[in-house]
Amino acid sequence: MASAAGSLAIDLDAKRGVRLREGAVVASLFTCALISILTSAGIVIVLFWEAAGFFKSVSLWEFLFGTRWTPLLEPRSYGVLPLVCGTLLVVAGACVIAIPTGLACAIYMSQYASDRTRRIVKPVLEVLAGIPTVVYGYFALTYVTPLLQQVYPDTLVYNAASAGIVVGIMILPMIASFCDDALRAVPESLRLGALALGATRFEVTVQVLIPAALSGIIASFVLAISRCIGETMAVAVAAGGTPNLTLNPAESIQTMTGYIVQVSMGDTPHGTLGYYTIFAVGALLFLMTLGTNLIADRVLHRFRETYE
Amino acid sequence: MTRWSDRFPDNLRARRIKARIFRIGCSVLTWLSVALLAVLIYHVTRAGIGWLDWQFLNSFWSRRVTEAGIKAGLLGTLWLVSITAVLAIPIGVAAAVYLEEFGGRSRVNRFLDINISNLAGVPSIVYGLLGLALFVRWCQLGSSLLAGGMTLALLVLPVVIIASREAILAVPKSIRLAAFAIGATRWQTVRYHVLPAAAPGIMTGIILSLSRAIGEAAPIIIVGGATMIFFTPEGPMDEFTALPLQIYNWTTDPKQQFQELAAAGILVLLCVLLLMNASAVYIRNRAQKSRPW
Repeated sequence: MASAAGSLAIDLDAKRGVRLREGAVVASLFTCALISILTSAGIVIVLFWEAAGFFKSVSLWEFLFGTRWTPLLEPRSYGVLPLVCGTLLVVAGACVIAIPTGLACAIYMSQYASDRTRRIVKPVLEVLAGIPTVVYGYFALTYVTPLLQQVYPDTLVYNAASAGIVVGIMILPMIASFCDDALRAVPESLRLGALALGATRFEVTVQVLIPAALSGIIASFVLAISRCIGETMAVAVAAGGTPNLTLNPAESIQTMTGYIVQVSMGDTPHGTLGYYTIFAVGALLFLMTLGTNLIADRVLHRFRETYE
Repeated sequence: MTRWSDRFPDNLRARRIKARIFRIGCSVLTWLSVALLAVLIYHVTRAGIGWLDWQFLNSFWSRRVTEAGIKAGLLGTLWLVSITAVLAIPIGVAAAVYLEEFGGRSRVNRFLDINISNLAGVPSIVYGLLGLALFVRWCQLGSSLLAGGMTLALLVLPVVIIASREAILAVPKSIRLAAFAIGATRWQTVRYHVLPAAAPGIMTGIILSLSRAIGEAAPIIIVGGATMIFFTPEGPMDEFTALPLQIYNWTTDPKQQFQELAAAGILVLLCVLLLMNASAVYIRNRAQKSRPW
């Protein structure tokens, strides 16, 4: 009897030990999960804290609406519009390349390709997506730009067009894979129904599948735009280093990311206004990508067609 | 008035032609994108293969093309990836375990969830700025390997978490229920049943996210990776360079020979990435074969 009570006590002790350990484990796992929150908070605090150092000397109005960006040269001027314009020019070029091609790849893979073809195309696109962006920069400068110069001789060595083209190649796999998923998520019955009514595959795709998958398709475009805005090494290599307020893709421009790289490669001492500019530009960049990401999220959830 | 049925045959032909053009257009664009990869690899190989020898792998930065090499870059990249792995893997997997196994659907967890997917969309250059202000300046680590590795760890953390969560989610519920039924606690279930079952998937995700870290140049530049390094790093507080950084430096050099060196560097980088991806695919395939469910 006594020994039974003793073993019960030991059992309870062991149980308490297990429970304590269980609590400790959960607590430490939660701490790890919390690091992601700290990272977000860190990004926001750092960007806006350091950018505040910049806005002590330069007004927000001058920064956002000034049309000259020469923070490192006299006469200094801090209007960010040329950088934003350069970024948008690259984004536009990338979209012209990647949106039709990516969508076409997705349609081909989901509607026409045999399983064997899919097994070739999909991994190739994944490899394209996995190539480091600095490699695309090399490709733009040594392959795409000479090609452009043959077609249009006035193209400068550093130009927005070749940067846009390679950024387009970079985001193409992402658009293709997202659109492929979206098209595949449309119920088979819709597709078969349209085919049974005598529609050609073209009509099925354009009039049934694409409208049904539209939220996913548009969201993939918006996400791709967000990635273009933040894309750095390809544009830093290929687009040039001259903040130009121009819409001519054959000219040399500078993007927001390209500017940050240029300053970091040089030796701008800590604490100078030049040092703070990269945080101001970085904060703007962060807000733009965050904005587009939120729009993509909204599109995906607000306009989703659901089938049951 | 012509009836619709009279027009139908003509109409049908036009529709079929349109459908055919569309089909051909889609397939041409798809195969063009596939061909792009071939063009890219051919272009880089043609320029770089001639420079690829032991001397190139085993030399430091130099102004003379024939003496320049990527030793410092390779070793720097190796150091960076090791630091990143040591930091990001345990934290990322732990966070994923918490979110999948202990999180439930509370408001805090919804917030963590949204936060992580947003972090995955933040451009890498912004992580560089975070690392510059937080690690290099405020923590006074300087432009060291440790600062670079910590920055890259923060960068790949969301990717590791998302990939690990998917792997954990793929473990069937019956395994957990069986463990609970014989009296295992939640942690015991996770430790002895869920994690081993999810391990191949987690490994694959980790390898892929580390290969992303290897290719990143932007955050390294911001944090202050140098290009002219003439020694092999001895410890985590040393200055460093990395392979992508050397490639960037050579690419932007006006001399054509240096651009060919960049191509040779790219070949090395792509080989490393190819090896990593191949091992990820290998692990995935082997696990799929031996999976009990």
